[in-house]
Formats: sequence, structure tokens, C-alpha cells
Amino acid sequence: MTESRHESLHEAMERIRGTRVWKSIFRREPARTNRTRSLAIFGNLLFHFLPVKVREKSLRVRVSYYLGSISFLLFIVLTVTGILLMFYYHPAVPQAYRDMKDLRFVVTSGLFLRNLHRIAAHLMVIAVFWHMFHVFYRGGYKPPHEFNWVVGVILLMLTLFLSYTGYLLPWDQLSYWAVTVGSNIIKAMPFFGDKIRFLVLGGNTVGENALLRFYVLHVVVLPLIAGVFIAIHFWRVQKDGGLTVPEEPASVEPSLSGKPDSEK
Amino acid sequence: MTEKNKIDTGFSSDVRKDPRRVVFVTRKTSAKVTGDPGPQVMAYPHLMLREAIAFQVLMIALVAVALLWDAPLEQLANPLLTPNPAKAPWYFLGLQELLHYFPPFVAGIVIPTLVVVALVVIPYFNVNVQGEPLWYANRPRRLRIFLALLTVLTISLAYFDAWTVLVPTVVVGAMALYAYTLKPGATTPLGPLQRRPISWWVMTWFILVAVVLTGVGTFFRGPGWAWVWPWGSHAG
Repeated sequence: MTESRHESLHEAMERIRGTRVWKSIFRREPARTNRTRSLAIFGNLLFHFLPVKVREKSLRVRVSYYLGSISFLLFIVLTVTGILLMFYYHPAVPQAYRDMKDLRFVVTSGLFLRNLHRIAAHLMVIAVFWHMFHVFYRGGYKPPHEFNWVVGVILLMLTLFLSYTGYLLPWDQLSYWAVTVGSNIIKAMPFFGDKIRFLVLGGNTVGENALLRFYVLHVVVLPLIAGVFIAIHFWRVQKDGGLTVPEEPASVEPSLSGKPDSEK
Repeated sequence: MTEKNKIDTGFSSDVRKDPRRVVFVTRKTSAKVTGDPGPQVMAYPHLMLREAIAFQVLMIALVAVALLWDAPLEQLANPLLTPNPAKAPWYFLGLQELLHYFPPFVAGIVIPTLVVVALVVIPYFNVNVQGEPLWYANRPRRLRIFLALLTVLTISLAYFDAWTVLVPTVVVGAMALYAYTLKPGATTPLGPLQRRPISWWVMTWFILVAVVLTGVGTFFRGPGWAWVWPWGSHAG
């Protein structure tokens, strides 16, 4: 027992990883061998659609700037802050606006929570666009990645719809008129324009029905659809053979796997 | 592994006759592996660690911005009081800028639909996949087509007074013409332009137009969608 007092944090973690409880949760030994490291990915419900092995070149920052990962992480941040905001929000006129005031002046860190949700939402639109353009310029849409590019376009649209439906929820002048301007575009559609706009808004103008519909779309329908398409998008990256890494001149950077790049 | 447990797969129907055939690779169905994939590493921990670092850096940046920059909250929504100008969310301001020039059906329905369709079909056209440089073959003929298209586009945009579309269009057109004049193997900073395929030019044109339209719609439009300077004082 006297020795264990001197053991480092690392050793303590190792011991915890060796316990029956740890093994019962993670279904594997500590990830020390390549077999258990593989199990860490495909033996885990959350990670199993990720690749077990990745090309070392694809890990470099310049290959992706991690823009896809950042878009996904922003989606997670938005989900968490969004759920917390839902605790303080009623999708009703004019209570929605009063809830905004409460978030600012009454709720502890309420304004911070709203700021976080808003900045993450703006950044996600930017990150998703940037991700798409970056993938395009690196030729990431080329076979066999064609369909995953299409899934990406769908995710871009879902991101815009998510952001747009969330824009109305504060029910202030800014959100009200922004959504009014946006929804007027639907009217330009021939034959069905007015009908579709009525369906989206639940009326002929932006009102309490529109607020409720946008709320349901924003917190339930669109996040669920986006979640499914994100899963397909990740899974297809793995199935299509990883990120596209264009041919580059041999590099002299040290190699993670111990093999120099030039070795062919 | 013993001979008994050897795994066989492929198109051969008679395993006993062709026991060692593993797979056919005919001319038209190439395995999608091109070139050397390079060394591979385990996703756990190499990828997971990087994702965790990306998440932490992102989170720190988000919290810093959220502490310093408050989300705006204006007066309670009032359907009877229209602000001037009433602006859509920033990512739709490019569309709103287009609505200023073109009929609603064109700017609000036709152009967005065309953009989405164009994005979806990118990977299904061989011209985009092969990526042959624009000024590689048939140079005189391609130059004639290019100049004709650029002229028609410029005149129609000028007809609609769509200056914020016209300017980026002319800029990209001039860049492409400059690429035409480059000698093969030029090592100037703009030298790589001569190797750019047509898909590169179209996408660059699209991005430049979108950025200019969104920027102008966000910062340079005031009451009545008139031009204002962001540093000037104006109501609204």
C-alpha cells in the first residue's frame, strides 16, 4: 500500500482501466494493442461509423483544417446550449420575447448561454460553407465520394434551415422582419407559392402559428434529420476510403508510424 | 493459415475448378485505389486526440466571444412597424441583393434552385472529375466561346444594372483571360492559374459573387436598399 501512494496519475488510470467495471462498460481491455485500439472504435456505438485506421497524411491540418469536425462539434455545442435554452423558453406570443428578457436579466448566465448558442450558430453556417468549398478545391467530390458530396449539400441546406428557423424564436423586431422578408421569397414560386408559404407559416403572415411551427422544426424535426444525415456523412467517409489527399511532393516531416513518407 | 481454411471469392462459380481465384479486375471496373495511400495510423488515439484538441480550442474561442459579444435583442415584434431596411439573416442577404435587381421569380426561385442543382451534379460530370485545364486544348475555340459567354453575361448584367454581380464577374473573367496569356510552366505567383480546370473557374466565380453580394447586402445597404457606407451615419 505504501507504494501505491506514490503511483502517478497515469498508473492510477491504468489500474482503473484494468478493473471489471471498466471492462464491463467498454467491452475491451485497455487500448494498448492495435486490436484493442480497433475495438475502441468499432466496439463503441458512438464511434463505430468512424474509420479504425486513417491515412497519416489526412491528419495534417492543411488537408482539412478539421472543418468537418468543427462543423460537427458546433452541432453538438448547439444541441447542448439549445436544450438548456429550451428550459427557459415558451414558443408563444409575446411570452417568447419576455423569455429573452428573462434570459438577459433574471436567469443566471442566461445571456451567456444565448450568446454561446448564437455565435455557434453563425459559425456553423460559416464552417459548413467553408468545409464545402475546401472539399471542392481539394477534389474531394471525385469518385468514389460522389454521393457523400450530395449528402454534404443536403447538410448545408439543413444547416441553413436550422439557422433560419432559429432566427425567428426571439420574437423581436430583428427576427420578425428577417423571417418576413425571407418567407416573402416563397411567394414568388409559381402556382404553389402562396400555399407553401401558408403551410410553412401556418397563416398568411408571420404570427403565433409561425412561431410554433418554426420552434418545432428548429428543436425536433430538423435536428433529427440533420443527425441522421451527419451519421451517413461520417459513415460514408469511412466506406469511401477516407479523406481525399491530393498527391504532394514527398515531405520530410517526422512520421507518426515511424515510416518516412518517401518510402514507397 | 492452412490450405483448408483459405478464403476464396470472385466470379468463378466452380470453386473446385478455380480454387485460387480471388477477384477479377476488368478494364471498366477498376478498384478505386489510385496511387500509394501512404502510411496509416490507428484512429484511436491519433485521430481522437486531434478531434479532442480541436474541440477544446473551439470551445475556448466560443466562450471568449460569447463573453465579449452580446446577442442583439430589439423591441418586441410589431407587424405594424416595418423597419427600413428590413434585412433577412446575413446568409440570405446575397439573395436579397439579387432581389433588388431581378424579378422575384428569377432571384428568389430560379437562381437558388439552379445553384443547388449545380452543386448536387458537380461530381456526376466527367469534365469536373478529370479536371483538364481550361486553356489546355482547343485554345482558340475555347477562347471564342469564353469571350462570347463573358460578353453576353456582362451585357445582360449591365442591362439589369446588377453592378454588384457584374464587378466580380468581370474580375474572374479577367483572371481567366490572364491565365490564357500565361506561358506553360510560368512560375509567377499567378502561374498556377493556367492549370485550373473549368470547374475551378466556375466555383471561384460563384464564391466571389456570393461573397460580394452578401458583403454588400450586410454592410453597404441602408434605407430603401440604397447604397450607404458602413462608417457613415444613417437611420436604420
